[in-house]
Amino acid sequence: MYDPVIKACSHVLIHVPGFVRYGSKPSREIEDSPTSLLPTIEAHLRTFEQAVEYPPNQVFIGNLHPDHLNSIEQPWYRHPVANASRCGPYGEIMPEEEFLGLMKLADDFDLMWLDKEAMPMLKEALQSHSLWKNTDLGKLDTAVENTRIRDRIQNDGSIPLYHRGCIVGCMHRHHEKDDALKAAVLMENLMAKTSGALALAHLLQNADIRADEVDLILNCSEEAVGDRYNRGGGGLAKAIGEMCRCVFATGCDIKAFCVGPIYALVQAVGLVKSGLFKRIVVVGGGSLAKLGMKFRGHLAKDMPILEDVLGGLAFLVVVNDGESPLIRLDSFGKHDIGSGSSQQSIMESLVVKPLHRMGKKITDVDRYAVELQNPEVTVSAGSGNVPLTNYRMIGALAVLGGEIQSGEIDRFVLEHGMPGFSPTQGHIPAAVPFLGHAIDAIKRGEIKNAMFVARGSLFLGRMTQLSDGLSFLIEKNPGKKSGGD
Amino acid sequence: MDTEKQAIIKKLVDDVGTEDLVVVIGAADPEVAQVTAETVTFGDPSFAGPLAGVSLRLPVYHILEPEVKEAVPQDMYQEQAGFMELVANTQEIGKIFKEIRDRIRET
Repeated sequence: MYDPVIKACSHVLIHVPGFVRYGSKPSREIEDSPTSLLPTIEAHLRTFEQAVEYPPNQVFIGNLHPDHLNSIEQPWYRHPVANASRCGPYGEIMPEEEFLGLMKLADDFDLMWLDKEAMPMLKEALQSHSLWKNTDLGKLDTAVENTRIRDRIQNDGSIPLYHRGCIVGCMHRHHEKDDALKAAVLMENLMAKTSGALALAHLLQNADIRADEVDLILNCSEEAVGDRYNRGGGGLAKAIGEMCRCVFATGCDIKAFCVGPIYALVQAVGLVKSGLFKRIVVVGGGSLAKLGMKFRGHLAKDMPILEDVLGGLAFLVVVNDGESPLIRLDSFGKHDIGSGSSQQSIMESLVVKPLHRMGKKITDVDRYAVELQNPEVTVSAGSGNVPLTNYRMIGALAVLGGEIQSGEIDRFVLEHGMPGFSPTQGHIPAAVPFLGHAIDAIKRGEIKNAMFVARGSLFLGRMTQLSDGLSFLIEKNPGKKSGGD
Repeated sequence: MDTEKQAIIKKLVDDVGTEDLVVVIGAADPEVAQVTAETVTFGDPSFAGPLAGVSLRLPVYHILEPEVKEAVPQDMYQEQAGFMELVANTQEIGKIFKEIRDRIRET
């Protein structure tokens, strides 16, 4: 049988302080009071070095284990990691100047103009990047005069692009009356494509496979690519694959709010199991809309605006290689339409039911990954500690099941959970940022299994009052290779 | 507390007044519950939503406080909130909400 495994993963962050003003929340509020708010926001943005040294970001790219955050005093932004590297075992933290150049490489419709004076700096930044230095950077030679950029901004609905406070380019609309092709939407989509491509490029390197060996790409980003007749129509999976030269792959987009990555992984697992595809990439790019989402809370506490990074994730699902942790096919937990909306019934569906099916107890799972939002981002804005609440719910289920006493919930959380470390980028915190850590820990024999539990808020789209959720478990590979490759 | 929920509370107050209105909050996280409670009593602390600068002084309770528990049929309460009693720190929540109600009375 074609038993599937997650062979490799990549986790990347892109530091984009110049785009925080274009996050949904900041852009709406700046519009209301541009003169007073924008300078305040800018005064609270971090430098690239500060973003690299930030402990949760170091956990995200794999230089620190999530447990390490328990030993760092909060606020974490006041306790930077010494000698922090922008590169980690799962990916990197990319600076804005490299990302601007990469966005131009991703631009197939001349949507983005870059300033002639800024271009040499942007090109040089990208040329020194190990993953892109051998790529044709010809698109970066098509820079334009600053006066033309300013003219398009003033007269044609183009949006200025900022880097270190200066205009270094602009994004154009591609139709005068099509809201799906206006500059802000195209910018959001292009950023999702570019950050997804960066995650995929790292994945190929981490997995040590050629781009042309991938045969299917499933994109789980939160963008909505399309035009006025098919808003959200899709196509980003293939756009990302094309940028990374996955020439023998096809692909499509999977939409499920924050649960998107897990749905995409479930489908990848099923398609590998069936033998229809052999090497499937699940990839998610970052969300411009969520930059600065909680900035009000951060300003109120005079903290830096921590939502200044885009996230990107990619996973490679292949047939059993005899080494990588196995995905238990009987482990998938789902929140049925008729399951009920109480927190208890949701968590029972996602955790207890699949564990019972496998003959396991809650305490048999060494580590749970839940929605892993960084609490430093959310607590300061009054949105609470999302992972902690989820872990306490799993602990409460263990109490109800007679596995632990109610007084042991805190210990359960400490031993089976972890502090949140993911940027609040919607689909990015959806349990899967722990996959890299889990795969390595299982391979090293430190843990025997890990369960991934993601939840989504379907009601945000106003088509149903339902919530959603999906879960699965990975465990140590017994080492027997399956056929079919 | 998001602006949409603030708008709903404000509309309710505009429609029926504050006299017979009590707000019951369900957030399990004590900090979230506190911010939400303060928003409907003393106004939006972030000054971003419809309740910015609007001090409604509505009495607030948490769903996990005994006063609310006693007012709800026990089977329904157990089904909808029993689990969250285990999850949440009910003592801390009770303390926070009592303090907020005391502040409403004092000011």
